[in-house]
Amino acid sequence: MFWTVTLTLLKGLLTTFEIFAYTLLIALPLGLVFAFASMSRFAPLRGLMNVIIWIIRGTPLMLQLIIIFYGPGLWLGHNIWSGDEAGRILATVVAFSFNYACYFSVIFRGGIQGVPKGQREAGQMLGMTKSQIFFKVTLLQMVKRVVPPMSNEIITLVKDTSLARIIAAYELTFSGYSFMKSDGITWPLFYTGLFYLLFVGILTLIFGKIEKKLDYFQ
Amino acid sequence: MAILQVNDIHKCFDGTEVLKGVSFELESGNALAIIGSSGSGKTTLLRCINFLEKPTSGSIVLKGESLFDSSAADDWEKDLRRKRLHFGMVFQNFNLFPQYTALENVMLAPDLLAKKEPDYRSKKALIRENAEELLDRMGLKERMSHYPHQLSGGQQQRVAIARALALQPDILCFDEPTSALDPELTGEVLRVIRTLAENHTTMIIVTHEMAFARDVADRVIFMDEGVIVEEGDPASVIDHPTKERTKQFLTRYREGNIE
Ligand SMILES: Nc1ncnc2c1ncn2[C@@H]1O[C@H](COP(=O)(O)OP(=O)(O)OP(=O)(O)O)[C@@H](O)[C@H]1O
Ligand SMILES: [Mg+2]
Repeated sequence: MFWTVTLTLLKGLLTTFEIFAYTLLIALPLGLVFAFASMSRFAPLRGLMNVIIWIIRGTPLMLQLIIIFYGPGLWLGHNIWSGDEAGRILATVVAFSFNYACYFSVIFRGGIQGVPKGQREAGQMLGMTKSQIFFKVTLLQMVKRVVPPMSNEIITLVKDTSLARIIAAYELTFSGYSFMKSDGITWPLFYTGLFYLLFVGILTLIFGKIEKKLDYFQ
Repeated sequence: MAILQVNDIHKCFDGTEVLKGVSFELESGNALAIIGSSGSGKTTLLRCINFLEKPTSGSIVLKGESLFDSSAADDWEKDLRRKRLHFGMVFQNFNLFPQYTALENVMLAPDLLAKKEPDYRSKKALIRENAEELLDRMGLKERMSHYPHQLSGGQQQRVAIARALALQPDILCFDEPTSALDPELTGEVLRVIRTLAENHTTMIIVTHEMAFARDVADRVIFMDEGVIVEEGDPASVIDHPTKERTKQFLTRYREGNIE
């Protein structure tokens, strides 16, 4: 039984990891784009972006996931997501990416705006080009500001992947839960928790390392 | 001939006129002190002169070359970097780059400039030597590999001065270089500036330190509400002002009412 559970959970972990990794891969760059849009000098774009960010951050991710997964089928008459596992994971990744890009954009914006104006001006007075100022002066200061809130958000993402259960994607929590339903045993649930702890633990270690690396300046 | 001629500079920020026609000249090797109460436009003037801010109108001539002229159709953005390089700027709050050591702060810009030249390799050693020498002159020989947060405010400001000097600007500008410092740290920074003045570095110094301005400056300008009210040698402006507003300002200063 232990091995069956372990194998099933590992499979669930793989799905969880897939959702996690693809979401990060899309949401990080998209978040940067959103951040720039939300600071745009073009007022309509800035306004639109901020409204979108407000809506996405103001409503539950689970609700967004349900709408994205079931919505198209009901509006268009045919489902755009294939009914199999891959389709469910894809829908999850789409919903998560958009949601997390909004959260990331706020963090990025804080990082960008957090670098004092004087840093840029000092660079300008030293005859540096715009790109030199960005790469040699402000970038690292932004990264330093962004890493701690970003690591919190990314760790939340690990746990949020369990929401995919709502559209029946076989991720980690779903796998652990299935044994309770079929066999009436609860220990796989705790075992599942262990998997999450391990996942989060590794991430915490990595982010701790990065933060430490950036500790040499203030 | 004057190294810098500033003619009738106006500057508006969304409708309010902050500089209302400022003109002055600066002789090469001279130190000019700009004094005046808070909000009189000293910082704005400095920023307009060294191309951090675009004047609404006026003209700026440096060594006979017109750098800015609002009546001509020249583009402010054009050669902006080259124009700024004529000026060095020492900010009130230092603005050192926190991720670099004192030495790296001084070397960064010269290094980036030299990179575009063919004999970069041979220059690199020279740039380092020059930076070390500058920091040594600032009394920071022992602090070269410290990061800004490991330095006192006075030390940080001296690194900032070395950083500005490293590009050998024609004119070195200071915006209240000691107002962010604890009183006991202002001395070391003022001493450095005094030495620069003795070596005839061309400087514009915005300052609230009247005694220092009188000692070090060759000329003093008193500004109020966006205009130059009084101008002359330090002894006359600070000790024997003729204009009522200058007198008032100096009286308030002596009574310690000026931050
Ligand atoms: N970027 C800006 N936008 C709008 N108003 C500004 C801006 N910069 C300065 N001002 C205004 O211009 C006026 C002059 O400001 P400035 O900073 O030049 O004065 P200052 O003489 O340097 O004062 P202080 O001694 O306090 O440094 C002030 O009323 C200020 O509010
Ligand atoms: Mg000022």
